[in-house]
Order: sequence, then structure tokens, then C-alpha cells
Amino acid sequence: MSTSDVNVYGSLRNRLVMTLIGGVAMLTLLSYFVIRNYAAHIAVQSQDSILRASVTSILDAAALRDGSVEIDIPYAAFSMLGTTTDDRVFYVIYQDDLVLSGYEDLSLPKDRSVTETAYRSTIYRDVAVRQVSASRTLIGADQRTIITASIAQTQDSLDDALDEISENIAIYGIGFFCLAVLLSIWVSSATIAPLKRLADSVARRGPQDLSPVAKPVPTEMVPLVSSLNHFMERLERSLKQSEEFIAEAAHRVRTPIATVRSHAEMTLQRVDKEENRQALRSMIRAIDETSRAAGQLLDHAMISFRADQHDYVSIDLVEITEDIVMRLRPVAEMKDVTIQLNTDAEVILLGDSILIQNAVRNLIDNALKYSPSDSVITIEVRKQPVTFIAVQDQGPGFQTHEMASLTDRFTRGENASGTIGSGLGLTIVRDVAKAHDGAVELSNNPSGGACVTLSF
Amino acid sequence: MRYLILLIISLFASHANSIEWEDKQLFEGAIGSQTISVISSTDTAIFAPIITSFLTINPELNINYYVASSADVYEEFQRNPQDYDVVISSAMDLQLKLVNDGFSARIEGISYPDWAQWRESLFGFTMEPASIVINKKAFETLKVPRSRQEMIRVLRTNPELFRGKIGSYDVRQSGLGYLFATQDARASETYWRLMEIMGSLETRLYCCSGSMIEDLSNNTISIAYNVLGSYAQARTDIADKIEIILPSDFPNTMMRTAMVSKHSLSIRSSASFLRFLTSSEWTKAEGDSYHLPPLQAASQNEQRSAIALEPGLMIFLDKLKRKTFIKEWENALIQ
Repeated sequence: MSTSDVNVYGSLRNRLVMTLIGGVAMLTLLSYFVIRNYAAHIAVQSQDSILRASVTSILDAAALRDGSVEIDIPYAAFSMLGTTTDDRVFYVIYQDDLVLSGYEDLSLPKDRSVTETAYRSTIYRDVAVRQVSASRTLIGADQRTIITASIAQTQDSLDDALDEISENIAIYGIGFFCLAVLLSIWVSSATIAPLKRLADSVARRGPQDLSPVAKPVPTEMVPLVSSLNHFMERLERSLKQSEEFIAEAAHRVRTPIATVRSHAEMTLQRVDKEENRQALRSMIRAIDETSRAAGQLLDHAMISFRADQHDYVSIDLVEITEDIVMRLRPVAEMKDVTIQLNTDAEVILLGDSILIQNAVRNLIDNALKYSPSDSVITIEVRKQPVTFIAVQDQGPGFQTHEMASLTDRFTRGENASGTIGSGLGLTIVRDVAKAHDGAVELSNNPSGGACVTLSF
Repeated sequence: MRYLILLIISLFASHANSIEWEDKQLFEGAIGSQTISVISSTDTAIFAPIITSFLTINPELNINYYVASSADVYEEFQRNPQDYDVVISSAMDLQLKLVNDGFSARIEGISYPDWAQWRESLFGFTMEPASIVINKKAFETLKVPRSRQEMIRVLRTNPELFRGKIGSYDVRQSGLGYLFATQDARASETYWRLMEIMGSLETRLYCCSGSMIEDLSNNTISIAYNVLGSYAQARTDIADKIEIILPSDFPNTMMRTAMVSKHSLSIRSSASFLRFLTSSEWTKAEGDSYHLPPLQAASQNEQRSAIALEPGLMIFLDKLKRKTFIKEWENALIQ
């Protein structure tokens, strides 16, 4: 059976590769966003801590002097906010709810607790800023006042840093992804390899090799391999049984028939009455017919069996033909039929010698059966244009309308009623031809008589 | 109709009242068609050669040059940012605040040291150290002070010689004076000791470098503290009467800064003017006409002493901080 006959659905390897790559792609994307988020978080945190330090230094500089608030903001409060991209800085200082100094329109987060430092990202003057606000209570002689400082800074430098980080993560991610793709292709191949090895080893086996798979296989393949082994074991057993049966049958059937025939012949010698002799002759004839049918049935079974074995060797068709002709010559001579053999010196072909012998014998046998007395059977064995053997008699020939069906099992020609036959002869020839990728061709000679050509 | 006229008049009046120009001049290019408005705190006489050499290269432009004090420049530009294309001022802090508050346009592609630019918007283009300028005649018998310490010693040992003969900025009026004072105070306690001595010797306070140098040349004062040496140098007529001293203990160098207004309708031409200022091209102008000391020509030492453009500058613009500082300054100087 070729692979084109197999119903294919997808590929394990591709499915494995796609699953792995898909998984890796998702992981890569996920880690990109997670790391980016994390980096953003850290970047914002570091900006927050600088802003908080700045706010704290402003609050620390606040003092109540003679009932009024003085804040000697240290230079560092702002100079520490210098960034590589020179981010803009906005600030506001409140005393209770009154703006003391700074950008009056910079609002404070509403739900802010006085005791805690508030962080938020907001929009101020149409730009995104990070704002940190904190308060401090100043206590004077007869006065309590809350000073609140709030500093907002643009995030250009943060964005720059984030862009750079994102770019780096992306590069690493792509590299990681490429590596993972290569790895997943390798892993898939490695995983599929034992399956491929098994398939190869089974495909490489000879036709008769039905031994169980002995090489170690991975756990997952154990059910398949054990089923396969089991199946092959059954097949081998059944083949052996058929072979034994055929051999046994041949022995069990032929011997008794031969015994019966020899008894019948012996009886014929002793019987004088004409009607009894007639009956005995009919009997012998029936026995012959049975013997022949049995032989051909067994031959046919054997051929069907052997055809599957492909036990081919190099054989010489001429030698086989000559051998059979020699053995059949006595029969031919009894009928006064001359067998004429025209062959090349040697016609070598690759085949099963028992099958070929059977086919050739059946061909010549058939020709003999249908040949009238005092006729000639011409046998040609040639290797050009193709290797073939053609057997031609001078009998009645084939009925044109039967030619197609004659090679079917148990089909006999209309003009064969007078001859002994099982209807299996041409079937055997056809089966042998098929087993050797050859063909059987039936034709009638223009001068009368049938011609059967077996070509390889 | 009457109301409308009234409204127009009042608008005119308010606009006219809003600023008093020290000078206003139109420089025309050879084939000038487009006009850039420059608002500046630098005297026309000092800046004119730069404008002239720019217009030689870009004859298709005209420059309308407005001069006011640095505080006025800041106020006026903040009020009418759409009226001016380029802002030039010696008050680095005010300029930085203008940029911080979003008034400036980003001019990309100028390769500049970090301390001399901010947000690719504000660029320093001169290096002008704060100097002690003395009248040579007054020091004929005295050792010329080379540092603040030496100046303190000279004043302390000769109080009678210097009473009423010392000049300095009134930091309440002058943006640049305030900048120098605050940077001095940041750098060293020596500043406050000097201020106390100067306060005890009835120091005269000036709004601007020009008048201080004028008084120095006519012997009204003998020593001027924190004057722009560049202005003194510009007065070649009195060069033999005065001596410019860069204090050796801690020098403070101011950068004149320029920026392009975000609302400018001719950003490209304005940017090319800014690029001209930040390149050293304008120093190559011919003739012996005086130029401001360009940043590009500054030595390593001078560069180190420069007041860097960083957000810290805005601290001293804070109302509370300013109030505290001025109070302290007044306590020291006005007794």
C-alpha cells in the first residue's frame, strides 16, 4: 500500500512545532509587557522618591517667625530635579488653604490625608506630570498652621528611559523567541524520530519478515508497537496455517484419488462385461477430472499464497518451458500432437519459479487439451520486445464474446464441454501474471486455433 | 462708537503704560522682507554689531530690536508672547522660568554642552563674569584686591577712604544683580560679610551696570562690586581709568541666553538667528567694534565658573525665598 492510499489528517510534528512556537510567542509577549510594566513602575518610583525628597526639603525649610511663615527653600530642592532631558518643574506651597508661593493653578489631590505623602500622575498645562504632595504642621507660640508643598515634574526623561528599556526588552524578546523556535523544531524532530525509525524499519523489512519489533521504543509507542507485533504474529500464524493446509490438502487429496484410480484401473482389467467396463471407464474419467480439479484448486491456492510472498529469484523461462514440454511430451504423443518450441537461447526474468512453472504448465496443458489429434502446438519464448511466452494450438480457438471472462475463476469455454477441466487454468495464469506485474492476452489465430500470450 | 474709541484708547494706554522701552530700533537687511522682533535686555550699542553681521548673511530679514531691563523683558514677554520672536536676557533665572512655563519653541539640532542649554530651548551664548571694577586713581597707594577676602580687608582697613564710594547692584531692582547676589550667597558666607562691610560704608545702589561704570569713570565711586566686566570693557574711552578684576576665590559667570517664542510666526527665521548666536560666527565680524565675549571662546576655567542652566535657578524666583533673601540683604546692606 502506498502513502497516497492513507487517509492523512495533519502532522504530529507540525502540530507540536506550532503548539510550542505559539506557547513561546505568548510567553514572550507576556514577559515583554510584564517587564515593561515593572520597569515603568520602578522608573516612576525613582522619580517619586526624588520628588518626595524635594518636597521634604522644602517643608523642612519652613519656619514660623513672629507669626508668619518663612520658607528658605534650599537650592538643592530644585537642582536635584535636573534630568538628562531637562524636565519641567512646577510647584506650589500652601499655608492651610492659601497659596503662599509657586504656581497657583497647580491643584492638590482632593482626597489627600495631611499625614501622608500623596503621589499622582496628572495633566498640568496640557502636559503629563508626576506630582508629589506632602504637608507639615508648624506650631508657633499661639498658632498652628499646616504647610503643604507640592511638586510636579514632566516625564520626558522617564519616557525616554522607558522607550530605551522597551527597545532592549523587545530585542531580547525577539532573540529569545528565535532561539525557542529553533529549540521547538529540534524538540519536535527528536520527539517524532522514534516513530519515523519504527516506520522505516517496518518498511525496510522483507516480505517474509514478520518477526516482532525488537528495538526499544518510548513508552508512548508501546501500545502501537505491541499491537503491531501482535498483528504480525497472527498474520504469520495464519500464513503458516494456510501453507500447512495446502501442503496437507495436496497430500491428503491426491493420494486417495490416485489410490482410487489405480483400483478402478485394476478392476477394469478384471471386468469383462462391456457395460461394467463402460461404467468403470466413466468412473476413471471422473476420477481424473476430480484429480485435476483438486490439483488446480490447490495450485491456485498455492499461487494466491505465494503471490503475496514475493520470493523472487532470477530464472530462465526457456529452461522451465523445455522442462515442462519434456514432461508433457508423452501425453502429447498419445494424442499425436507435435510440440514445436521456438525460443531465444536464454530468457532471464526475476520471478517465483514455482509460480512460473505452474503458469507455463497450465498454458501447455490447456493447449494440449484443446488440440485435435495430429496437430501442432507452437510455443515461443522471447525476450523482445518484452519477455513473453506464447502458446498457440490448432484447436477450436476462443469464442470472441467469452475472451474477457475466460480468466475468471471456474469459467470454462462453451466448446470445452468435451474436455476435462476445472476452469481454473487461465485463472492461475492470470494470477501469476498479476503477481509478476505481467499480462495475459487471449487471441485467435487467423488460421484457426487459440493463442495465449503471457508477458512479463 | 464712543465706547469703542474709548476702548481703543484705553487699550493703547494700557499697552503703552505696560512697558517703557529703553530703546527701540529697526535694523534692515539689504533686501529685508520679513521682520523678526527681538526683545532684549542688552543695550543696542553692544548688540548692534551682532545684528549687523547676521543681516549681512541673511539680507532678506529685518530685525526689530526692543530693549528693556531684564525684569521688564520677562514681564512684557509673559504678557504678550505673540508680539516677539526672540527673547534675549541676562537674567538666566527668568529666562529659564519662561521655558519651564512653556513659552519657548524647541530648536533641535544645536549641539551644545548640557550646562549651557535647557530643554533645547534656552541657549547661553556669552560668557560674562561678574567683576570687581576699580577706579585706578583711588587705588594708587593701596593694594588692588584680587578676591572678595582682599576687598573686605581693604574696606576694613580704609573705611574713611571708601565711605559712600562703593557701588553695587540694587538687587531689588536688577534681575542680574539679584542673580549674582544669590549665586554669591550660595557659594560662600564671605558674601554676607562683604555685604555687612559694604552696608556699614554706605554703599550706593544702582539699577544697571552702565550707570555704575559711568559713576566709576567720573570718580563718584572708587569700587564697583559684581559689575559685568563685559560692559566695562565696552567702554574703551575709559579703559585707562579703570581696572577690571575677576575675583580669584569664586568667580560667577553669567550667560546671556536666548530663546525663540513658541508663538512666533516666523520660527524658522528666528531659529536661524538663534543658531547664529550659538555658533561662533558673530565673533568674526570685522572692524574694532566691541563684541560680547562669546561662549564658544570661553576657556575651561571660565566654563566651570558658569552658572549652569538648571531648574535650581528658579528657586530664587520663589516669592518666599526672594522675600527672605531680600530681607537678609537689606539687613546687611541698608543700615
